[in-house]
Amino acid sequence: MAASDTRNDGAARQQAQADAALRQVTEPESQVVRFPDNEPLQLDSGRDIAPLTIAYQTYGTLNADKSNAILICHALTGDQHVANTHPVTGKGGWWATLVGPGKPVDTDRFFVICANILGGCMGSTGPASVNPATDKPYGVDFPVITIGDMVKAQARLVDYLGIDQLFSVIGGSMGGMQALQWCARYKERVFTAMPIATAPWHTAQNIAFHEVGRQAVMADPDWQGGAYYNTKARPARGLAVARMAAHITYLSEKALQDKFGRGLQNRDAHSFSFDADFKIESYLRHQGSTFVDRFDANSYLYITRAMDYFDLEAEYGKLAAAFNGTKTQFCVVSFTSDWLYPTRDNKEIVKALNGVAANVSFVEIESDKGHDAFLLEEEVFFATVRGFLNAAAKKRGIA
Amino acid sequence: MSTQDHIADRPVRADHRLIAEMVAPGSRVLDVGCGDGALLELLISEKAVDGRGVEISRDNVNACVARGLSVIQGDADQDLSGYPDKAFDYVVLSLTIQATRQPKAVLENLLRIGRRAIVSFPNFGHWKIRTALLLTGRMPRTPNLPETWFDSQDSHLCTIKDFSDLVTILNAEVEDAVAFNSRGQRLAIKNSLSLQNLLGEKAVFLLAPQVPRSSG
Repeated sequence: MAASDTRNDGAARQQAQADAALRQVTEPESQVVRFPDNEPLQLDSGRDIAPLTIAYQTYGTLNADKSNAILICHALTGDQHVANTHPVTGKGGWWATLVGPGKPVDTDRFFVICANILGGCMGSTGPASVNPATDKPYGVDFPVITIGDMVKAQARLVDYLGIDQLFSVIGGSMGGMQALQWCARYKERVFTAMPIATAPWHTAQNIAFHEVGRQAVMADPDWQGGAYYNTKARPARGLAVARMAAHITYLSEKALQDKFGRGLQNRDAHSFSFDADFKIESYLRHQGSTFVDRFDANSYLYITRAMDYFDLEAEYGKLAAAFNGTKTQFCVVSFTSDWLYPTRDNKEIVKALNGVAANVSFVEIESDKGHDAFLLEEEVFFATVRGFLNAAAKKRGIA
Repeated sequence: MSTQDHIADRPVRADHRLIAEMVAPGSRVLDVGCGDGALLELLISEKAVDGRGVEISRDNVNACVARGLSVIQGDADQDLSGYPDKAFDYVVLSLTIQATRQPKAVLENLLRIGRRAIVSFPNFGHWKIRTALLLTGRMPRTPNLPETWFDSQDSHLCTIKDFSDLVTILNAEVEDAVAFNSRGQRLAIKNSLSLQNLLGEKAVFLLAPQVPRSSG
C-alpha cells in the first residue's frame, strides 16, 4: 500500500470517528433522561436551560431500599462511559480498573451511576446541543455554567432515579470538585464522598493553564466565533494545542523524563526542521489529534470556565462553612507527584473538614505519575477505595 | 464488657489496654499518632467509640484507611490547630509526645480539642535509665528506647516529674496517672510521684483541661 493511501485511510478513519463523536451529541449510546421546557434548570448565572438532557450509564443493580447507589463524577475530558467500551474510540472505560464486578467500586454490590456533565458533548445538554430558540446548535449562546450547575443537573437525575441519598459520590480532578459541591449543597443526600486529586478552588496557575487552552481554541480561524457546527471546518488545530498544553500538566516531570527523555522519534539524528523529532513531541501531537476526534471545542471552553469559577470558600464565605453540619464520611486522596492539584490543596479540604469536626480520612499516595495517577492502576489507591467503601457499606447496612 | 487480648488477630499492647480502661463507652476519640490503628480498633471494638486518627507515616495511614478507620495523614505539631475546641471527648497521644517538636504546644492543643487528654510516654526517670547514664556516661539505650541519640526521633524525652510539671504549667488537672513496668503491669504505687518516677518504665496520664479556679 502506498504511503499516501495509508494517510488517506487514517484521515478517513479520523473523520469517521469525529462524525461518530458528533452523533453522540444528539443520539448518545447511553441512557437518556429529558426534562421538558417547563422544568428548566436554573443556573448560578441566573439564566435557565430548557430542555435539559442528561445522558448517563449505570452498572449493577439498585437494591430494594435504594441505599447502594454510587455517583461517579467525571473529569474535564471524561464522560459517562466509566466502565464500558467507549462508543467513539472503542477503548475500555476510563475507570474500568476501579469500577466493575469485584473491583474496588464493586458493581456486584453497588449501583453505579455516571452522567455526562452539563456542558459536555456526549449526550448531555451542552454547547453542541440544539438551542430551542434558534433551532441551531448553541455555540457560544450556551450559558456559562458552574460546577454547582453540573451538580444540580446530576441531582435532577438522582431524583429521577428515585434515590434520596447516594451511598457515595466519587470523583477525581473536576470530578472531585463536583463531589465537594455535592457535599456542600446536598448534605443530607451524600453518605460518603471521595474527592480525589482535587482542590476546593482553582488557583491562579490552574486558571492560567486553562486560559492558554481557551486562547488556542479561539485563535484557530476554524473556531468561527464558536459557530462551526454546520460548516465543514472544526477548530481541530486549536483544540489539539489546548490538549497538548493541558496534557503536560497531567504528568510529572519525572514521568516525562523517564518515558521520553531526549529520545528521538523514528530517526537517528535531528532533522533540522520543525518535524516531531523528539518522542515527547510526537506523543503530544498524538494526544492532541486523538482528542479532537472525540471532544467538542466549545465544550472544552465551557467546562474549563466552570472549573476556573470553582471556589467553595468564596461561595460560603469560609471553606469550613461549606461543610457545616455535615454527616458525610469523607475520604480525601492526593498523589505525591500531582502538581496540578497538589497535596497542599487537598489538605485545605481536610483542614476545613476538621474545622467542623467532620468524619474525614486523608491519604496521600506515593506515585510518580503526576495528576493522572488517579486514572492509572495504583495498588495502594485501590486498597484505599476498597477499604473505605467496605467499612462504610457495613455501617450503612449494605450486603 | 469482656476484654480480649487480641483485636483483629493482633495482640493488645499493654499501654493500649490501660488507655482503653480510661475511655468511656460511646465517646468521640481522636488518636494522635495512631500508628497502624491498633488502639483505634481496640476502642471501636470494645468501647464502641467514634474514633478518628492522625498519623504521620503514609504507609500506616493507607493501612488504616484500607481497614476502614478514619485517619488523616498529618502530624501532631502542625495539624491539630485546625480542629475546633472540644471536638472530641478524648484526645489520645500514645508514646508520641517525646517525638514532637513542641510538646507544650501539642499538649495545649490536646487539652483544647478534647474534653480529656490521655497521654502516654516512656519515662526517662526510670532507675535503669538513671543507672545507665551514671555508669556508662552515655545516653542510655534500653529495650524501650533502643535508638542511638543521633538516630532517635525522640527529641523531647522527659520523666514523669517533668511531665507533671508541664501539666501544672498548663493548669490542667490530673484525673488519673498510672505508671507501669516493662510487662505492662500497672504499678501499685499511687501516691508517690517519686516512686512512680523511679519504677515506672512508661506512664499514662488522664488530663482534664484547666478549669477556672474559684478565688476562695
